[in-house]
Amino acid sequence: MIDFDEVAAENVSRDFGRRRALSRVSFQIRRGRILGLLGPNGAGKSTMLSVLATLMRPSSGRIRYGDLQHDSHRSEIRARIGVLGHDLFLYAELTARENLAFFGGLYSIGDRYGAATAALGRAGLSDRADDPVSSLSRGMRQRVALERALIQNPRLVLLDEPFTGLDDVSAAALVARLEQLRDAGAMVVLATHDLDVAEGLLDEALFLRDGRVAQSIARPEGLRSIYRRVIGRLGQ
Amino acid sequence: MSVLQTIWLIVRKDLTIETRSGEIAFTTLFFAISCVLAFAFALVREGKPPEDGGAGVLWIAIMFSGNLALGRTFERERQSETLRALLLAPASRPAIYLGKLLGLMALLTAAELLLVPLVAYFFQAPMFRHPFWLTLIVVAGTMGFASVGTLFAAMLVRARSRDMLLPVLLYPLTFPVIMAGVRGTTALLQPEVDYALVRFWVQLLISFDAVFITLALWTFESLMTDEPR
Amino acid sequence: MPSWFTRTAVACAALFIAALVFVALAPYEKDMGLVQKIFYFHTPSAWMFLTAGVVCGISSARYLANHSPKLDRLAWASAELLVLFGAIALVTGPLWARKTWGVWWQWDVRLTSSLLGWMIGVAYLLVRRYAGPGSDKLAAGLALFGMANVPFIYISVNYWRTIHPPTSVVPKLPLSFGVPFYLSVTAFTLLFVMLLRLRVHLEEQRARVDSLYLSLDE
Repeated sequence: MIDFDEVAAENVSRDFGRRRALSRVSFQIRRGRILGLLGPNGAGKSTMLSVLATLMRPSSGRIRYGDLQHDSHRSEIRARIGVLGHDLFLYAELTARENLAFFGGLYSIGDRYGAATAALGRAGLSDRADDPVSSLSRGMRQRVALERALIQNPRLVLLDEPFTGLDDVSAAALVARLEQLRDAGAMVVLATHDLDVAEGLLDEALFLRDGRVAQSIARPEGLRSIYRRVIGRLGQ
Repeated sequence: MSVLQTIWLIVRKDLTIETRSGEIAFTTLFFAISCVLAFAFALVREGKPPEDGGAGVLWIAIMFSGNLALGRTFERERQSETLRALLLAPASRPAIYLGKLLGLMALLTAAELLLVPLVAYFFQAPMFRHPFWLTLIVVAGTMGFASVGTLFAAMLVRARSRDMLLPVLLYPLTFPVIMAGVRGTTALLQPEVDYALVRFWVQLLISFDAVFITLALWTFESLMTDEPR
Repeated sequence: MPSWFTRTAVACAALFIAALVFVALAPYEKDMGLVQKIFYFHTPSAWMFLTAGVVCGISSARYLANHSPKLDRLAWASAELLVLFGAIALVTGPLWARKTWGVWWQWDVRLTSSLLGWMIGVAYLLVRRYAGPGSDKLAAGLALFGMANVPFIYISVNYWRTIHPPTSVVPKLPLSFGVPFYLSVTAFTLLFVMLLRLRVHLEEQRARVDSLYLSLDE
């Protein structure tokens, strides 16, 4: 199984007809770091995540996963990426355990039911493991979806607006989980609106506006004021 | 994970969901029944069905039910974007296609188990006289329809107007299947069966299946990736 | 308008006028009379319909292989011409058939295959127009599958009687019929090529406008 120590976006652009969704975006992320993609709607955060997930090819530029390019070894690269999307990627009629076991199988996990049970234990959902996903609350579904994204122990974790619709308790649990991942050596890229939660979680912040990098900050603090300054400024 | 294992995983997943919710199965089966009844009301006068009408009605009902089942199966993958999740996984694309295809075949076969007796009854068609050949024609024809349908329904998942576009795409492309299915079934229903003719239609269906499944496997990856223009 | 347009359009118009003159002067066919002269428009249209189909199918297949936008433009343009010339052939054919054979339509090989091919062409245009993003790939897949379908359609319909005159009619045309016919074919071919290039040119311009918009963002 391949592995990589860093992921780098190099001058990535992506067009849709005459709309430029991403314009020469470059950044790097290393193991054990959490990178935040921040910006208003339409800034290109979701597009960037899709490109990182190998779901979309860039119109120009490239993504480097360690020594591997984004257009070779796609299958192996995909095996090391976990994605938590806007739409949770869960089958509503299957139970939490079955969902995790199915995706575990797709990612060639050895004992997939065992891994599923363990993951649900970590998420604190063992007592609801055999209930259909449709019967779980939003917060619980989010937790299952996160475990689904992590079941294959990915090196790169991509999250698109994961805090949407979460109450404070669930949000705090998610933050703790992400910090756990980071400390275990994963690379986390997180697109979010929720600056309050992101505060203190991010190791690096990338501000996007109209597909372009407005500012990139290491060890950010006072995100709200930086956001207002950086994004607000370009709005004039 | 090997291709076969992936296929089995996907088929099992779809069958589990179906047995649990039954949504697509029940609606497709009920639709198939209503379809045949509608044709029966329209075409059968005073207990006399049109000559050789049974074959035509059977295949039209299969086409309509297949269309519905395809639409619903992929609509389900659209909710929560699970098709995307499948594409994100390192699973081989041909395996995803074949997994969905087999799931659809299972569903349509179940519908046909209901359709054939219904058509036989309402249209006084002696469907059960040659069960082996009938099964062969129906399975080969359904496979042809399903192979083209699965590919295009998967492609249409992200498209607008997908409900209208699926039949618009499918019916011209599966014309040889309908032609061979109807002609073959009609030949089988005659009092004196011309086996050479039936064999010809079956062979045509099987070669259609082979060509189009191969073509679908070749082009699935290319058709499902989002390339910039 | 591109530079070559005026010259080509003039040449095309001249050819059509010449063809019309010769068609008018051509002798009447002994059985069919005046009606037979539809043949001078029907057959070239049908040939252009077939050519457009081949161009569309092949460029779609190649587009799926190497994703070059040029091929996509060519596929779309030829699909439009397929529908146009196909419509002409499918309308002039029955008009002729009604007078000659007494029926508007028959389900023989040639007619059924042509009708289906035309419908696939219309489906292609509907997909391009209404399917939204990714419609280029979808349409290319449709064209490819349509092309692969042709032998199957042919074989499956061939088990019925054929009412169409055999193709061997054309090579054996006497000179008085041959000249207006081939003049007509040339006129149609030039028209086809001109329209194809014009349509591809239009798409190229559109692509250029898109990239101009994009470069504004720089």
